Amino acid sequence: MSRRYDSCTTIFSPEGRLYQVEYAMEAIGNAGSAIGILSKEGVVLVGEKKVTSKLLQTSASTEKMYKIDDHVACAVAGIMSDANILINTARVQAQRYTYAYQEPMPVEQLVQSLCDTKQGYTQFGGLHPFGVSFLFAGWDKNYGFQLYMSDPSGNYSGWKAAAIGSNNQAAQSMPKQDYKDEITREEAVQLALKELSKTMDSTSLTSEKLELAEVFLSNGIVKYQVCSPGALSKLLVKFGVTQPAADAS
Amino acid sequence: MESVFGLVGKDFAIVVADSSAVHSILVHKTNEDKIMLLDSHKLMGASGETGDRAQFTEYIQKNVALYQFRNGIPLTTAAAANFTRGELATALRKNPYMVNIILAGYDKDIGPSVYFIDYIASLHKVDKAAFGYGSYFALSMMDRHYRKDMTVEEAVDLVDKIIMEIRSRLVVAPPNFVIKIVDKDGAREYGLA
Repeated sequence: MSRRYDSCTTIFSPEGRLYQVEYAMEAIGNAGSAIGILSKEGVVLVGEKKVTSKLLQTSASTEKMYKIDDHVACAVAGIMSDANILINTARVQAQRYTYAYQEPMPVEQLVQSLCDTKQGYTQFGGLHPFGVSFLFAGWDKNYGFQLYMSDPSGNYSGWKAAAIGSNNQAAQSMPKQDYKDEITREEAVQLALKELSKTMDSTSLTSEKLELAEVFLSNGIVKYQVCSPGALSKLLVKFGVTQPAADAS
Repeated sequence: MESVFGLVGKDFAIVVADSSAVHSILVHKTNEDKIMLLDSHKLMGASGETGDRAQFTEYIQKNVALYQFRNGIPLTTAAAANFTRGELATALRKNPYMVNIILAGYDKDIGPSVYFIDYIASLHKVDKAAFGYGSYFALSMMDRHYRKDMTVEEAVDLVDKIIMEIRSRLVVAPPNFVIKIVDKDGAREYGLA
């Protein structure tokens, strides 16, 4: 393992690796996890919040979930400041497409476009790659609901269920037994919450430690909805993922 | 002296253009095809500056093809129309294209559509449209005889009436016209099997 090849993004190591890209993925492996599950009726994204302090001002902003366009949202894992740049880039790309074609950008094209940006940072410029992985959830009229995962290398692929962030390797293989293609929207939410609770370190889950968002169709229009803390608590109890609030007193 | 016009029928759209290539007082050829096939289900009839017409329509055609290669799906007619308008608009205040366009297409879930795009980048989705001196006659005839959901026979009959009017009333009238049609089976020249 040659150390002299790892500080430069623009050269390969003798083993054919780009160390900077791999180190970026290491950084993400320490970040809060996120899981996405695709169903016929929508896509659910759940994320583990790392910053949980009573002093935190919880306003309308979210830590893990972001809306890119009316029909696409994403969950992030990794360095938040890097993520903000890429989210803005994705938003601009989506609007640029709509400006040219007066139609929403197909989800895969948006993911591909952002990944092309990420790839640039692994090949030229001398700047380090973005330390962010994304789960993109969206709907378009070509392929319906879709879930994509992308990483710092600029690779992406479509998934029925995917996980990023800490313990993502374990979380990625978990849904294999429980996932079925005909899964309903509610079952997908349940599966996502269950998987996330298994991968998280904490013993008891509360709605303060999680974020949940869904992309679904309502009256033929794509909706992106972040679950409120109250509703999320109820879901956690309903699916048996946490203790009821009764013993908090 | 060029004429281009188009209209929407029941499950199809038609674009008609004259086929004369004229420079000053000389007729270079009488079988010039001014209606380009943008892709399998789109027609772009154009009139205006000859060089600009060929250059711009080919540019749009190649960009439509590139989109399909890159993304695996074709552009919708509306998307292609808006893209075309955007290109005209961007060039307008620098290096304008002097081309007027009638764009017709067929989309599976929407059906046929016709778009009017003029050289200063106006875009209108319409049932019928016309450019050139022939438009005075074409629009009047269409206003009188056009109905929604015409059959191919009725539409071609109207096209024939328009062509006869242009031939008889326009002082230097083009002798020949090309008619192209687009429907669920694709875009093709009318009259060819």
